[in-house]
Amino acid sequence: MSNVEVRKADAAGIAIAALLFVLAGVIAFDSSQLQISSTYGLGPKAMPFVIAGCLVLLSIGNLIMALRGELPERESSDPKAILLILGGLAVLIAFIGLGVGFIPATAVLFAATSTAFGRRAILTDLAIGVGLGLVIFLLFDKLLTLSLPAGPIERLL
Amino acid sequence: MDALYSLLQGLAVAIQPMNLMFALIGVLLGTAVGVLPGIGPALTVALLLPVTYKLDPGGSLIMFAGIYYGGMYGGSTTAILINTPGESASMATALEGNKMAKAGRGGPALATAAIGSFVAGTIATAGIVFLAPWLVEVAVQFGPEDYFALMCVAFITVSATFGDSPIRGLTSLFIGLTLGLIGIDKLTGQPRLAFGVPELLDGIEITTLAVGLFAVGEALYVASRRHIVQETLEPVRGSLWMTKEDWKRSWKPWLRGTLFGFPIGALPAGGAEIPTFLSYSTEKRLTKYPEEFGKGAIEGVAGPEAANNASAAGTLVPLLTLGLPTSATAAMMLAGFQQYGLNPGPLLFAERPDLVWGLIASLFIANIMLLVLNLPLVGLWVRLLAIPQPWLYAGILVFATVGTVAAKPSLIELTMLGVFGVMGFLMRRFDFPIAPVVVGLILGPVAESQLRRAMQISLGDPLVLVQSPISATLLAIAAVALIAPFVLRGLGRFKAAED
Repeated sequence: MSNVEVRKADAAGIAIAALLFVLAGVIAFDSSQLQISSTYGLGPKAMPFVIAGCLVLLSIGNLIMALRGELPERESSDPKAILLILGGLAVLIAFIGLGVGFIPATAVLFAATSTAFGRRAILTDLAIGVGLGLVIFLLFDKLLTLSLPAGPIERLL
Repeated sequence: MDALYSLLQGLAVAIQPMNLMFALIGVLLGTAVGVLPGIGPALTVALLLPVTYKLDPGGSLIMFAGIYYGGMYGGSTTAILINTPGESASMATALEGNKMAKAGRGGPALATAAIGSFVAGTIATAGIVFLAPWLVEVAVQFGPEDYFALMCVAFITVSATFGDSPIRGLTSLFIGLTLGLIGIDKLTGQPRLAFGVPELLDGIEITTLAVGLFAVGEALYVASRRHIVQETLEPVRGSLWMTKEDWKRSWKPWLRGTLFGFPIGALPAGGAEIPTFLSYSTEKRLTKYPEEFGKGAIEGVAGPEAANNASAAGTLVPLLTLGLPTSATAAMMLAGFQQYGLNPGPLLFAERPDLVWGLIASLFIANIMLLVLNLPLVGLWVRLLAIPQPWLYAGILVFATVGTVAAKPSLIELTMLGVFGVMGFLMRRFDFPIAPVVVGLILGPVAESQLRRAMQISLGDPLVLVQSPISATLLAIAAVALIAPFVLRGLGRFKAAED
């Protein structure tokens, strides 16, 4: 393969291979803890062990690809946008967990995502988020009778 | 003609006002999400699963099928007008369609796509009517070992055979299979990979995985590279209608596209990319106007669009007759069946003919609705593209969390949504396919239970897998499908070296 230019080993690719290997280890360890087996045929351990074995093979395959630099090229990526969206999601989870309610949680996620996509109007977006959350809450609660997490605002409705 | 009789009975079910309404909602939603970038039919069905939990199964399934068909129609609009195909199946359409729109022939491009989709959808649905009963007859004779072998074929073809890289496809598949292990083992009642978390005992919710991968993952990915990609919307100029010349150049590509799309979709091979690209290259070869290809040839829109729709209809054949999903949307539809305790397969045709045939008959109705919705109303759909991107994705994320909370109101579920979102983002960034994960999660546990059932019946003799001729053949096919991409790639390399 002399005509193929030598590309650098890919650190991210090596990390993916390592993750797959660890995952295989976790599966193998977890299934080795299972006590009861079936009388006939395959027990509950068989499938996990097969999957773990294949993951080890795939980990090696991914490692080879990474060392040969065969991963697709990646364009630059904006970490701020990702952190904003994940942050919005984290606040949503915290709000619902602390009982602040569905509507404020939705408003925060809406505004955070919208900011991540380049808008700079947090107050407007928060207001839109509140409106959207309100409509969804009423739709689910009254029309579909599916309960969404309620806080002080929702209990007033 | 048993099939025609069953179809007539199905038609009686499908034209009930409630079912007509569900079909209409389905095609409206489907077209809307097909047009909007960032949401596809698989995600839409995933989001609707918890909402439709309390509705009538027949109606909801008709709606899901409408979303599937509608998504295929709507996707072409986006591909033609902004050159960002919503799904990979519209990529071939975008090649010529966007060029036509730039040359002021956006109207005829949209028209040939819509009419081609209608022609292909109708022929392919007729194909379902005749193929399904026959396949059901075959499937009745399947033992558990044969089902297991069939699922092996589906696993391999969905992940390895047709993707860019078999290793990456298989990696996705096995991540899905691993997720499928989580939860209580049905035969012995022991928890696997649950790590003492009670929420994990029931297994991973398919809705959470699909919504995380498709909605959150896509939002993260698009947001992270917003500074690179600039989208421009081509306005529809000039007449919407096709000239006589356009018709003359379109009808043969429609029929050829259907011939590519339906069989490939109906085989448990998965993916609409292959037939659309086969159709594109065939039209390029057969056309009388080769100089127009690459600059906006109508054949290059008509053929692939027909192939795309025909293959979508084709994937319903293995889904309904064998319970075998070969695309992400089909996997979500299978989840839809399962949430009502229904298992697609020969038994369902025998037990609930009203439901199955009502669904098939409603596909014809959905096709007619879509033609009407898409031709005169295309201008309305295009307006959807004017929604500012920040609001669009913010809205998608809000609906994603609502869908998850409604399915299972717990913080762990929402956290998993975030984790799957990050996973979806990383998979997009490193070019791992998403659909095999979903198919692995939903089909993995079924395959395991079929295998274990087969082994119980044979008292633990693994030879049962090769003693049944059906199973032996299917396993051989799976082996060939697994090895072929590696060997063929080797051949490709050999050729390249020779040059």
